[in-house]
Amino acid sequence: MRILIAALASILALAPLASTQAVAQGWDDVVAKAKGQTVFWNAWGGDARINSYIAWAGDQVQAHYGVTVQHVKLSDTSEAVARVVAEKAAGRTDGGSVDLIWINGENFAAMKRNNLLFGPWTADAPNYRFVDTEKKKTTTVDFTVPVDHLEAPWGMAQFVFMHDTAHVKTPPTSILGLLEWAKNNPGRFTYPQPPNFLGTTFLKQALIELVVNPAVLQAPAADIQENTAPLWAYLDALHPLMWRRGEVFPQNGPALQRLLDDGEVAIALSFQPAEASGLIAQGKLPDTVRTFVLNNGAIGNTNFVAIPFNAKAREGAMILANFLMSPEAQAHKQNPEVWGSFTVLDVERLPEDAKATFQNLKLGVATLSLGELGIIQLEPHPSWVASLEAEWAKRYASGK
Amino acid sequence: MGASSPLRWVPVVTLLLLLGPVVAGLLGTVLPAFGYLPALGRATFSLEPWQALFAAPGVAESIRLSFVTGLAVTVVSFTVVILFVAGWHGTRSFARVQKLLSPLLSVPHVTVAFGLAFLLAPSGWIFRLTSPWLTGYDRPPDLIIVQDPDGLALIAGLVVKEIPFLFLMTLAAIGQVDAARVRTLARTLGYGATAAWLKAVFPLVYRQIRLPVLAVLAFAASVVDVSVVLAPSTPPPLAVQLVRWFNDPDLAQRFVASAGALVQLGLVVAAIAIWWLGERVVACLGRTWIRAGSRGLWDLPLRVAAAAALTMSFLAAFLGLASMALWSIAGRWRFPDPVPSQLSLNAWTDNADRLATATMNTATIGIAAALVGLALTVGCLENEARFGKRATNKALLLLYVPLLVPQIAFLFGTQILLVMSDLDGAWIAVAWAHLVFVLPYVFLSLADPYRAWDERYARAALCLGASPLRVFYRVKLPMLLRPILIATAVGFTVSMGQYLPTLFAGAGRLNTLTTEAVSLASGADRRAIGAYALLQMTLPFVAFGLAAAAPAWLFRNRRGLRVTA
Repeated sequence: MRILIAALASILALAPLASTQAVAQGWDDVVAKAKGQTVFWNAWGGDARINSYIAWAGDQVQAHYGVTVQHVKLSDTSEAVARVVAEKAAGRTDGGSVDLIWINGENFAAMKRNNLLFGPWTADAPNYRFVDTEKKKTTTVDFTVPVDHLEAPWGMAQFVFMHDTAHVKTPPTSILGLLEWAKNNPGRFTYPQPPNFLGTTFLKQALIELVVNPAVLQAPAADIQENTAPLWAYLDALHPLMWRRGEVFPQNGPALQRLLDDGEVAIALSFQPAEASGLIAQGKLPDTVRTFVLNNGAIGNTNFVAIPFNAKAREGAMILANFLMSPEAQAHKQNPEVWGSFTVLDVERLPEDAKATFQNLKLGVATLSLGELGIIQLEPHPSWVASLEAEWAKRYASGK
Repeated sequence: MGASSPLRWVPVVTLLLLLGPVVAGLLGTVLPAFGYLPALGRATFSLEPWQALFAAPGVAESIRLSFVTGLAVTVVSFTVVILFVAGWHGTRSFARVQKLLSPLLSVPHVTVAFGLAFLLAPSGWIFRLTSPWLTGYDRPPDLIIVQDPDGLALIAGLVVKEIPFLFLMTLAAIGQVDAARVRTLARTLGYGATAAWLKAVFPLVYRQIRLPVLAVLAFAASVVDVSVVLAPSTPPPLAVQLVRWFNDPDLAQRFVASAGALVQLGLVVAAIAIWWLGERVVACLGRTWIRAGSRGLWDLPLRVAAAAALTMSFLAAFLGLASMALWSIAGRWRFPDPVPSQLSLNAWTDNADRLATATMNTATIGIAAALVGLALTVGCLENEARFGKRATNKALLLLYVPLLVPQIAFLFGTQILLVMSDLDGAWIAVAWAHLVFVLPYVFLSLADPYRAWDERYARAALCLGASPLRVFYRVKLPMLLRPILIATAVGFTVSMGQYLPTLFAGAGRLNTLTTEAVSLASGADRRAIGAYALLQMTLPFVAFGLAAAAPAWLFRNRRGLRVTA
């Protein structure tokens, strides 16, 4: 059975290859064609620091390649997916309105499954050769789904907790420990409302620790009720002890960080290990905030950018994606004062001067070293997400 | 000029531009609601979307929330306005309140909502100003104030903004019914101030403000942007949920969203029906009360209560706006510091590009929509003046259609049409979508002064040999320049506040100050929100400032055209 699934998966994975025209053109052609194009980059726009980085990247490719970048700010990546799906349904096979999407996980899985992506192409991008596909496995396997060069990695993410040491002396070390902590500190913890990705990740993190056999999560969702029952029991116990007794939820990560800054909560979540340091440097978190991970490790994944099959400015989007993978862009991104998102590159393989830039980057006061960040747990199969989110909405977001 | 005058076509074109998108959009919503949308590969009718809609978790609560919000906002703001006007009309405080109206009126709804959230939240300015010395808190208390499950914060946020609107509408109505004399007469019969107004003037005034009141009702029951800031999210009001479904990558949800949009329409119709029933009951009781002839017992307490409610709502709005202005220049501002411990212009410098782009889009779209709206309005009114066709009440109702039909019920359908015609995301599509909502307001604010213009000036000029066109340009326009510019400014501010039309027609690619601010709403950065909000406050100020300054400058040599007051 296993082998059969694997065989099917590989056939499905190859499907886009057959459906899209081969990329025979050289990179120089891409550069030439891209000049003067406007790339509509659909990316989540809820974080001012990330928006600033995106604007910076746009300025760079404008200056170097004559490509204009327009940031289409999404409140959820699924909006861009929905747009491409609608365009395909309406028969718009070229001249599409989305040129590049910041994507991963279930959105990537959905687009790949429905042949909505252009490619494979990332292997042709000059900067892809520096990507660390050996030690950073998640650059080639996105939430258990093979990437197959359909999306370009541009950032590493790991799920971490932030705590204000002024209020939390010893942070909890496990998901169950968090419940104990909440009992002693009622009202001082919350998580963003799923389907926000950070909130959903909290559910997944809890599920990984609570499920009887974590291995089931790496396969498509099955026996859902039985496998997720411990999670709902846990949340039933946790919610009454949370901020606003679990009746109100912050809508995303930045909103949760604001609660931490205001002292409303004492523990918050982040997908960027260096985010706390960056926010402290910007005066958006108190300097008593530190980062911690649970003893069993934390979920990690990679952020990608992908090009829809009908993108109007396909070449411009490739130029932008290639720039995002460049040592220059990656180092700027890892700077905690800019964004603090860890690089997808293998720094050891970089030219000396680029390597030095990375080594000179400060970690920041609240950032854990790679050793302290501990084991990286793999994301569950994307099919779990839909059932977790649906059940969560039914239980906790349908009124009294 | 005559029967073939192109002027005669203006009302037709206006109605087409105004109602075309609404009707086509409604059709584009009804069909998918019953499972029919060939573009998405379904060409058969079914009731599946409805089954899915009513099986969705929390949808009953969403509907209840929207319904209650709509009625509560209307009842509260209407009561406060009527009691205040009844108790204080003709006093010096009344004149003072009138002056506070326009700044509040011209700021978009969502800006006021942000301000209120900044002010009232447990980490908001009020708690910062009173902690810890009064409240004892050194951390924000764990209280549900904003986004409460009952929607009280949402109701409050909308009431604060609807009070000035209904107030203005009531003022306009009073001017048309000779309220002062009617009331004086009642006073001489021994009625108290409030009772005299309620018994003698209110029945005359209500007829005039009925449509605006219903517009408030429809708006409050279907608003999205304010809800994103103040409404609960577990579950959200129906309209917010509909936008989410519409953006779901699973296209089946679009059919559910369309069915939901029809429920939203039905919900507004039901709310209006209930209001209509309420009118009957109040009218019946009111007649008995008037006939009973009591001179008004509770005059002073009622007057004080109305004044207190109004003052509170104005104060909350202004303090909220002030706190946002402060946040936009805040560096470090921890709870419970009453003011920022550091100041910083980072919110402005970091976001300079986006602030500039959004301001540019807001300004160009706003100006275009306002000018086109103005041209059509003047065309309609001039047609009416020259050919003596006065708009009937029914025609006026048509004007209110875009304000009464929930935006979400027809914007879905409109977007499909825009995608099919390759116009989605185009600047002109957004401007047109705005025009649908701008035009009614421009018309309503210009109609009275335009109709009140003394036609004898025109006749005199015609007798001197001027052509009708020349009379229009040389006599009528200069004399009406002031109300014309004010109507344009009103149109501009209406355009500024549009959220859903921008979102749907702009395909997310055209950002205005309002869409930018709302996209930050659920997020963190109070400083960035503050910067956007400050611009949202500044633009209307500039617009009205220009509207006031331009005639003064143009007519510096025309003493007869100067305003003496």
